[in-house]
Amino acid sequence: MKRYIIQSIRLTVALTALLCVLYPVIVAFIGRFSNGAGNGQPIMVNGKVVGYAAIGQKFNKPQYFWGRPSAVDYNAAGSAGSNKGATNADYLKQVKDRVDTLLKYHPYIKKADIPSDMVTASGSGLDPDISAQGAAIQIQRVAQVRGLTVASVTKLVQDHTEKPVFGPAKVNVLKLNVALNELKK
Amino acid sequence: MNSEISGVVASFLITLLIAVPLGKYLAKMFAGERVWTDFMKPLENGLFKISGIRPNEPMDWKQFLKAMLTINLLWLVYGFFVLIYQDKLPLNPDGNTGMTPDLAFNTIISFVVNCDLQHYSGESGVTYLTQHIIMMFLMFTSAATGIAAAVGLFKAFRDKTVDNIGNFWEFFVKAITRLLLPLSIVVAVILAFNGTPSSYASKDQFISLQGDTVNVSRGPAAEMIAIKHLGTNGGGWFGVNSAHPLENPTYVTNMTEIISQMIIPMAMIIAFGYFIRRRKLGWVIFGVMTIGMFMLMIPTISSELGGNPNIAKMGVTQATGAMEGKEVRIGPMATGYWSTLTTIVSTGSVNSMHDSAMPLTGVWQLLGMMINGFFGGCGVGILNYFIYLIIAVFISGLMVGRTPEFLGHKVEAREVKIAALVTLISPLLIMAGTAIAAFVFSTYGNADWAVKPSNWLNNPGFHGFSEMLYEFTSANANNGSGFEGLGDNNVFWNVSTGFVLILGRFLPIIGPVAIAGMLAKKKYIPESAGTLRTDTVTFGMMTLAVILVLNALSYFPALALGPLAEYFSMR
Repeated sequence: MKRYIIQSIRLTVALTALLCVLYPVIVAFIGRFSNGAGNGQPIMVNGKVVGYAAIGQKFNKPQYFWGRPSAVDYNAAGSAGSNKGATNADYLKQVKDRVDTLLKYHPYIKKADIPSDMVTASGSGLDPDISAQGAAIQIQRVAQVRGLTVASVTKLVQDHTEKPVFGPAKVNVLKLNVALNELKK
Repeated sequence: MNSEISGVVASFLITLLIAVPLGKYLAKMFAGERVWTDFMKPLENGLFKISGIRPNEPMDWKQFLKAMLTINLLWLVYGFFVLIYQDKLPLNPDGNTGMTPDLAFNTIISFVVNCDLQHYSGESGVTYLTQHIIMMFLMFTSAATGIAAAVGLFKAFRDKTVDNIGNFWEFFVKAITRLLLPLSIVVAVILAFNGTPSSYASKDQFISLQGDTVNVSRGPAAEMIAIKHLGTNGGGWFGVNSAHPLENPTYVTNMTEIISQMIIPMAMIIAFGYFIRRRKLGWVIFGVMTIGMFMLMIPTISSELGGNPNIAKMGVTQATGAMEGKEVRIGPMATGYWSTLTTIVSTGSVNSMHDSAMPLTGVWQLLGMMINGFFGGCGVGILNYFIYLIIAVFISGLMVGRTPEFLGHKVEAREVKIAALVTLISPLLIMAGTAIAAFVFSTYGNADWAVKPSNWLNNPGFHGFSEMLYEFTSANANNGSGFEGLGDNNVFWNVSTGFVLILGRFLPIIGPVAIAGMLAKKKYIPESAGTLRTDTVTFGMMTLAVILVLNALSYFPALALGPLAEYFSMR
């Protein structure tokens, strides 16, 4: 028994060096050669970081495309989903309010046009994407506020709709809004 | 939609393509035959030398278990203190605080037992030092413990009659140097090149496009996420685990993570068949597990794609299925696939919030963890399944009126008693735990704990009950996922699930290894016409029936009170 204890202590020390020092240092070193050098992939505008491609941020001004509802209000220091169950009455009321808000700011759409991702909170609270339909319903509002033609904004959205070989189609809201700011009248 | 179907099909096929050759390799490697990873030998010899271990020393099952329990106990004690005093130790750039004793108790047990139930949030509850020397360290070593225990069981059935079931240290170290470590490097690099942070940079601050000041948590996450999946651990770097867009930035990383959590549990089954030179038995078990997996997966995916009927009533389009708690880049189909696998293989990492899944999905997730033997965790999956096998052998023996035998060894009263006890311990822990929690919730709602019992539940009614049931089920299965709405960081949950975790881990390891050790010592009886063969499809179906009947009898009442009641209330 005593022998096992001593062996355990020594093995733990040796494995700590291997698994907790050597292993992560090797990976961190290789990671330096990745896009973003292992620090996450920032998006730059005029030499300034305005966000990370993977991290959704809060958009609620009318001149921008909006992202999904977030349980943490897009505070990326932490992360959380709503954890609301499908039959929770308070939650369903919240969803209904979101539907009404969307209808208010987009008077030209019908209820059936609203995709579920625009009225439900994401798992992380930091979802950077919306569905193509989620972007489509916002086009007219954004075009009106910015004085752009609907056709030019529609084209921009189409260009920013990613349709990967595997996985769902999506629109990265931050990238879309950055491109929107650069769009000429 | 088609790209989502093809994504899931591709994930499954790639898993098979990797797992099958990996299983054959594991059988050879643990048998000590020549394999291409022999270049690791000097490293292993170095580790043995430093530790004063003679890897060739034979162990009987008692010595084997003693060695295993000793090193696990050491980690428990040492880790407990490191977590309490983490604020005074270096490598804490975000200035996070030390853990309360009850949280440290829960957390250290949770990581030692390969569960990774997290009652803290990764961004604020631990430091970079503890993420490394406790969390990541234990992710490797707890997985290797499970694998080593399983190989001990393999060894017991390889030869006709043996005392020696191999050397625990040898299997344990080899599981790390020749399996977990090399694969982790590959997976971590894939993740790092797809956008998961891998550097030691601390939180970043920037001004968003709209003008808000935003802080972003980062850190060397890729390293931990790789072993979190390969070792079926499941503890996330970030609070929301693999739903976090840095922990799981793209569909490709999602596929990588789902494949890596499945390959070792699958490979271990194939390794079992090859190692004991009864390949057919290995494939029959593999087949039963695969059927079980699809029985849980297909209804899960279909209930998630169907969307929330209550939201459908509002007139909103759910073309992409139920989206509450899910991420757009992953979509409901890959989320459903993941949630099935993460519950059957005891990873417990999540890429969506299970609390917000549809009620029926909750049933399948809970059942996956209750059964806990469809592939199951690293190594322990086959140990759990072995218990079902012994019960199936016993019941079929009674049915045909013969002394039950398994692989040429008589299964007698002592072995069956152990198997029966191990089968009974899970329902006891899960249901007694949930019952006590429900009692405390309803009777002592104002107890002065960090989270008052009356505030535990994030959802009312049946779903609230499911939150408590899920927590104990996950703890017992050493799964680690949760209905995260539960206010679980307080003395009641930390202590009660701590005990469930430790019993739910070690009894189902000790039991099977002991049975295997006892059987291995018995005289070998050659197969005859009267032998009940265990490597036939008929026996496979018999085992599946035993699994389904046992679990249905044990858990149906609890499921009926929670997710099933919620489902029917929606109609």
